[in-house]
Amino acid sequence: MIEKLLEPFQFPFMQDAMLAGAVVAAVCAVLSCYLVLKGWSLMGDAISHAVLPGIVIAYALGAPLALGAFFSGLFCAVSTGFIKANSRIKEDTVMGVVFTGLFAFGLVLFTKVKSDLHLDHILFGNILGIEPRDLKEMLWIGGGTLAIVLALRKDLLLFCFDPSHARTIGLRTNFLYYLLLSLLAATIVASLKAVGIILVIAMLVTPGCVGFLFADRFGPMLAIASVGAVFSAVAGVYVSFFINGSTAACIVLVQTLLFIVALLFAPKRGLLTRRTVPLATQGS
Amino acid sequence: MKDASAQLAAENAPALAIDVRNITVTYPNGNVALRDASLHLEAGTICALVGVNGSGKSTLFKSIMGFVKPTRGAVEIGGRPVREAQRQNLVAYVPQSEEVDWTFPVSVWDVVMMGRYGYMNFLRIARAEDRHVAEESLARVNMLEFRDRQIGELSGGQKKRVFLARALAQKARVILLDEPFTGVDVKTEEAIVELLRALRREGHLMLVSTHNLGSVPEFCDQVALVNRTVLAAGPTAEVFTEDNLSAAFGGVLRHFRFDESTIQKHDGRAITVLTDDERPLVFGKGGHLEYSQRSRHEKVVKERAEEPDDE
Amino acid sequence: MIDALLVPLHYEYMVKAILVSGLIGGVCAFLSCFVTLKGWSLMGDALSHSVVPGVAVAYIVGLPFAAGAFATGLVAALGMGLIKTKTALREDAVIGVVFTSFFALGLLLISLFPSSVDLRTIIFGNILGIADPDIWQIVIISAVTLGVLGLKWRDLLLFCFDPNQARALGLNVRLLHFLLLTLLSATAVAALQTVGACLVVAMLVTPGATAYLLTDRFSTMLKLAASMGVGTSLIGAYVSYFFDGSTGGCIVTLQSLLFVLALVFAPKHGLLAARALRRSLS
Repeated sequence: MIEKLLEPFQFPFMQDAMLAGAVVAAVCAVLSCYLVLKGWSLMGDAISHAVLPGIVIAYALGAPLALGAFFSGLFCAVSTGFIKANSRIKEDTVMGVVFTGLFAFGLVLFTKVKSDLHLDHILFGNILGIEPRDLKEMLWIGGGTLAIVLALRKDLLLFCFDPSHARTIGLRTNFLYYLLLSLLAATIVASLKAVGIILVIAMLVTPGCVGFLFADRFGPMLAIASVGAVFSAVAGVYVSFFINGSTAACIVLVQTLLFIVALLFAPKRGLLTRRTVPLATQGS
Repeated sequence: MKDASAQLAAENAPALAIDVRNITVTYPNGNVALRDASLHLEAGTICALVGVNGSGKSTLFKSIMGFVKPTRGAVEIGGRPVREAQRQNLVAYVPQSEEVDWTFPVSVWDVVMMGRYGYMNFLRIARAEDRHVAEESLARVNMLEFRDRQIGELSGGQKKRVFLARALAQKARVILLDEPFTGVDVKTEEAIVELLRALRREGHLMLVSTHNLGSVPEFCDQVALVNRTVLAAGPTAEVFTEDNLSAAFGGVLRHFRFDESTIQKHDGRAITVLTDDERPLVFGKGGHLEYSQRSRHEKVVKERAEEPDDE
Repeated sequence: MIDALLVPLHYEYMVKAILVSGLIGGVCAFLSCFVTLKGWSLMGDALSHSVVPGVAVAYIVGLPFAAGAFATGLVAALGMGLIKTKTALREDAVIGVVFTSFFALGLLLISLFPSSVDLRTIIFGNILGIADPDIWQIVIISAVTLGVLGLKWRDLLLFCFDPNQARALGLNVRLLHFLLLTLLSATAVAALQTVGACLVVAMLVTPGATAYLLTDRFSTMLKLAASMGVGTSLIGAYVSYFFDGSTGGCIVTLQSLLFVLALVFAPKHGLLAARALRRSLS
């Protein structure tokens, strides 16, 4: 019985999948905390769809796919900002128009450009078919992203919380804005091989929500989000082995379960466990 | 060693002033929010920025804070462009309560430390001095005991004081306050006014954007009236007159003339109440509620006039 | 040359596909005017992804796809509403969690029962291979939607623009909210067939956004959006014959092109017009 349970860990492709999943989950979770606080969940959705044309064009040009994806995603974000600033259309509508337009364009390109790319893999990832080369790329991009985020974590947090104050003390908020956007695009690119375009959004939103519900300081929020995400990734890969279902979907669903747990049982904000916190009344 | 050089720097620094020179601000949609606005303020001042919604008051405020770039003209703080002044921690900003996300997972301490970021290295590692200044600032606003609370768990007055502490921690000479009295109880309002007065004595320069017209003469030594431009600016007693306000906002401010009001014992005097706010509640002699019987107003005035004096 | 262009029209399946696409395109475009004004673009995206598990279950069990899709769509919408009111989580985060979870569930179901339902059908639509029963479902949904909108568009417009005023006038705001959500779910389900889950939101947002740039009057906006919706869908479906059946891609690309044209050249609200205005003012 125990042998049966330990079976998945014996296969190299499973080990690689769990490692890849864990790395992607950790990086996405960290970024997710910032995105959820900044209100950029839709931005993550948009950029992840917008990478498609970039991938196809990069393939056609013989350039690294990651680069094409990255610039395509950035293009979506930047053009959304531009259109929003220069027209009367509201932000969520602009985003919807731009990213779906780019995604559609990517689909059309895909049918026209002869390639050995699998659309399924781009959309849903191919975590069980991860190659060492992919793993290396993931580690480099993911590691680099994490390093930058952790180094600048306080400024990024301030930027999310109070961009006015950030400006007032002389921080370059434009720089921080594009930095966060680039980190988001880079994270999505790194995660593509593991979970694909469609499900990376879940990795970029749910862990942050879980962290937010459980913690009311940012440090613990980051920690809980990351640990939860890594656990979901490993558990998701593990479970998918036995039920023979979509691995990426399993990872996301484990995260959803964690979210439900947080929703119901989180110490201060859980639906079943919350008590009204008395306001500080002294010296009001 | 550090103190001496700091003092030297302070002596050699240009006189602290806000200098707004003929700025015009046009928004991308074509709207000209401000035209040829000028303002000059020196250290040791509390200046009220007064104007109704849509008057360009917040645009002027944002121009001074460097959030909006004037299409024409320039803004200087301490003799240098705003961008440079910001980097030298010359300016602090106390936001309106509505603009803050109170569900953010940060504590009172975290927020006050954000005021010190301008002094820290790029990894934002806090040194002993930063911690010391933060404690001092919190103590000054009587919020030290709440340092570990998440900011959403505070009352309205406490929330305001946390952001004041952040401005203090920044050790900025210029402090800009955006509607500091909204949502704040009377005790906190008094505490804030007291703090501002103390800061003025210490040589700070404060610009307060406010709708609370009645409080302005109490603690602001200067006033700037804004309506698409700076209509008038200067000492409160000179600028903050009924005529100026009526001219500046005529028709927009509520204007109650209590001619031969029952408030006074009908000695032929009238008082005028100008408010940028909701209609004030006015009680007259013996608890009589003004305007409760508007249609009989004439009759009531006559009756009161015929009452015997009881001085 | 003309012969080559007319080839697609010789096939019955193509003619069906083109006409059905046109119908859905028009209905979605009509609705998109309300969606964009209400700020429900993200909600449209969320609903179109949330219906996937319902569609999967429907196919697996043998029910009409619309029923399954509708059910999960509504459950998702209710779930989002509930979580949003009960927690401090921001709306966009709540929507993100819910719809990705539903979508993942759908994906899992499809991967577990690969024979019952084709993933491609759901993600990309399958208008070129659409079966007659499905066409009937779409026609019924379209008719009901157009009927309701035709009757209630003024109330819905007020609800989108100023819900408080609507309430003050005695309109049942709750009902209108529910109605709009229902119509949105229904059309998302119908559009799923044409362009697939990922692009449904485009049909429900882009025409409205484009029309919004071209006019200041809502009735004109409705007409413009509807005609653009119908036109781009007809042409897009037709053109997809030459593009290996990527119907959704073709339709949405065309709609996006129109948007870009409007963005730049619209008489009053376009970029060029704004620049000319700034120049004349300064």
